[in-house]
Amino acid sequence: MAIKKNSESGVRETRLGSITGYNGTLKDLHTKSGCGGVKDKGRCFSQASLCNAACALSQLSFITDAAIVHHAPSGCAVTAMQVSNSKDQLADALGLDNSHSGYVCTDMNDSDIVFGATDNLKEVIRETYRRYHPGAIFIGASCVSGIIGEDLESVASELRSELPVPVAPVFCEGFKTKIWASGFDAAYHAILTQIVKPPEKKSNTVNVINFFGSARKQITEIFAEFGVVPLFLTSNTSIEELSRLSESLATVSTCGTLGTYLGNGLQEQYGVPYVKSLQPHGMVGFESWLGGLGEVLGKEAEVDALLERERAIYLPKIEALKQKLTGLRAVIGMGPGFNFNTSRALQELGIEIVHSAAWHFDKQYDDGKAPDAFTYQVEHSPNDYKLSVNDLQNHELINILSTVRPDIFFSRHTGSTVWAMKLGIPAICVYDEYAIFGYRGLLNFGTWMLDVVSNRSFTENLSRRVKLPYTDWWFKQQNDHFLDKETD
Amino acid sequence: MTRIIDQPRYVCALGAMQTVQGIYRGVPVLHAGPGCAAKLAGGIAGSNGDSGYISPQIYPCSNVSETEIVFGGEDVLHRTIENALKVIDGDIYAVLSGCTTEIVGDDIAQVSSTFSDAAKPVIFVETAGFKGSNLEGHEWVVNALINQYLAKQAPREKVKGLVNIWGPIPSYDPFWVGSIRELESLVSQLGLTPNTIFGEYRGLENLDQVPAAEFNLLVSPWVGLKNVQLLQEKFGTPYLHYPTIPIGAVETSRFLRTVGEYAGVPPEKISGIVERHEKEYYYHIERTSDVFLENRTMSRRFSIVSNAADALAISSFLVNDFGLVPDKQYITDATPEEYREEVAKLFRQYQYGIEAEVMFSIDGFEIHQDIRNNDYFGPPLIIGSIFEKKLAEELNGNFLAVSVPIKERLILSSSYVGYHGGLKLLEDIYTYVLKQFN
Repeated sequence: MAIKKNSESGVRETRLGSITGYNGTLKDLHTKSGCGGVKDKGRCFSQASLCNAACALSQLSFITDAAIVHHAPSGCAVTAMQVSNSKDQLADALGLDNSHSGYVCTDMNDSDIVFGATDNLKEVIRETYRRYHPGAIFIGASCVSGIIGEDLESVASELRSELPVPVAPVFCEGFKTKIWASGFDAAYHAILTQIVKPPEKKSNTVNVINFFGSARKQITEIFAEFGVVPLFLTSNTSIEELSRLSESLATVSTCGTLGTYLGNGLQEQYGVPYVKSLQPHGMVGFESWLGGLGEVLGKEAEVDALLERERAIYLPKIEALKQKLTGLRAVIGMGPGFNFNTSRALQELGIEIVHSAAWHFDKQYDDGKAPDAFTYQVEHSPNDYKLSVNDLQNHELINILSTVRPDIFFSRHTGSTVWAMKLGIPAICVYDEYAIFGYRGLLNFGTWMLDVVSNRSFTENLSRRVKLPYTDWWFKQQNDHFLDKETD
Repeated sequence: MTRIIDQPRYVCALGAMQTVQGIYRGVPVLHAGPGCAAKLAGGIAGSNGDSGYISPQIYPCSNVSETEIVFGGEDVLHRTIENALKVIDGDIYAVLSGCTTEIVGDDIAQVSSTFSDAAKPVIFVETAGFKGSNLEGHEWVVNALINQYLAKQAPREKVKGLVNIWGPIPSYDPFWVGSIRELESLVSQLGLTPNTIFGEYRGLENLDQVPAAEFNLLVSPWVGLKNVQLLQEKFGTPYLHYPTIPIGAVETSRFLRTVGEYAGVPPEKISGIVERHEKEYYYHIERTSDVFLENRTMSRRFSIVSNAADALAISSFLVNDFGLVPDKQYITDATPEEYREEVAKLFRQYQYGIEAEVMFSIDGFEIHQDIRNNDYFGPPLIIGSIFEKKLAEELNGNFLAVSVPIKERLILSSSYVGYHGGLKLLEDIYTYVLKQFN
């Protein structure tokens, strides 16, 4: 990867060869990815998915002193509603002041489509600075600003010379990609190119790329044993903290999909090692994640000691739990980062993965290598389970679930859990990125799973009384009915 | 002048997809970008859920990409509608366009019209985000239902006593289901037959009945006026415009009298209903008066920061029913210019000649600065959205979130409409007040 100023991160489809359409198996996907890349398949029917702008701009909204100026019609700025209180809840929990953050919109209208609106955009940026005195201003692109060709880079450059803070465009036009994770890259590109400064000294900090830092306390305690301090990105960080990411000892991530651009970018540009490992879900993931970090820090002995201590406490309990869960059949529907890591953790509890639906697939990350969690599954999964790639296409998922009838379904995205339950299949939404963190997390998670399959009241009460919004015809088709047919 | 939305409290016209979803078995088919549906629903419905028989993840959508921007997206839309009819089990399909497809000039009317012989009705509405707000979008969707669906049905005989009720906007009004049900209940107590099209199991059956109504009842300051006017034009149905959503005894009794009188209900019947309700209502007020009156921290003056409907309804209750005096009222729903004077006038018609100044603004920052500069002669009561929470804390005031983004409270079937609704509103206001030392 080459990160250049005044450029864009580029969407995953072109930068990494990532795809949103595939139907096959785990090993088939691996084979196809190996020989010249797996071909993306289109669909002649699709349902509404997600937008990379939401990923990009919500990530940035949680920075305690960042202001977002969304150059868009009113509806795009709905992200400001979504983060309205959640950013306060996160900041309040740590006693942080976020009064220098804000999210405004230029309210593009029909005359702007004809005449352009960069003058108003500039005024709004100035006004936003006057209102919030933020540490930085991010200009969010939209479909409209992109189509009419608004030159956000020129606006940013003009305002940079005028205002005493960084002004960074974020190229996250919704139509540019079907892979909403491209929005993370766009946000991190803005941070890497406009916020992060060259290191002045080395700190004893480890960057932790994650979403909302729910395991802040545990990770801080673990890292203290290695003599390092975690900096959880990007929610609840300040622009000043972000500007010093280059001084950290290493970067780890709780999600490979999320972390690739920033982690690899910091390594490439500033030599901050990005720990390539499994993510810390379950036992093997935890060992790999801490082991990788220990290696970079030269703290292998400390990591081993910690793992041994934890194993003594939790392994017997996990083993007992596994007896009760072994043989349950599961379907999983998540983005690829969490998908492969969660699948592995489920297999550690004796669960059989019968189908995995990934919302997209990265055949490689920004270091040019296949995701470790995927490779691990290919090499270690007890079965070559069915695997499909679809960008939150509910009709495909429901078709799969009604055919496979698993004992349990695992989701991670807003609005995707209840549909399995309507079929009478208990489901768990793995919202919290640290829900399966390490041995303790695996024990908690497995127990939750046992509860959910044991007490099926909510699922069955609901499913008996509702009808799914699909026709009988659809349930008789194959899940890949609308996917382009094989041409290779 | 700088055009800026700070703290958005409404969304774009495409947000009217919620109006389609509000019709049971209605299916929005989006010709828009991949993220529009999920984002808009997440913002409007917030923590109150956006699912149901269908949800934004079920909406067929062309998920417009660069290819359609360059080469046009009419073919993709055609395929999307064609397959939507095969895959999604709905009763009516509404094709809604987004910014991208309207800018590139896709003709959704033409594409939709090729499905005029489909087994299920397919209508279309141009809802590009840059054209207006979700409140206007709601009106456009209802007008499209009238023009493209109802007007094509065989004429219906008017049914005596049948009343269509319009007002609360699905999903955007967090209390929409409960409020519509309560309005139905009030109207049916008058011996009339209410007909509403939104919410559980109403659907096409109720929509089909709309032309048969004796009159349309619009309970909203401005949203829906264009709809009842169109219904009058198309089906000769007269309408009663009652701008204030009735909350509490005074307004609800007035509502019953106005609607009853309009419908020719005998006055003694109306009085009987009103009397029975008021006796019950004031039983509760009487037994709780000590709590209301003997309190150190309850506000005397208040501001509402909300859409025109909520600001008018809640301020009328607090003034005419509960004896408070209004400070400035802030209307944040991008009320179109043509209605502003009429809406502002409604805030000058409280009892005892009491009036409130009204400010129309989509800039929450400006509103908050204005509130900071007001003197409430004590702790203010600020009723609005979650954006007002920190402001109320800063001013040592009292706070209640009633409109989007609402957050931090869950609303299922409750509502502030009617006699019970007034009591519920007092419960919610005092639940905040009582958190402070008394």
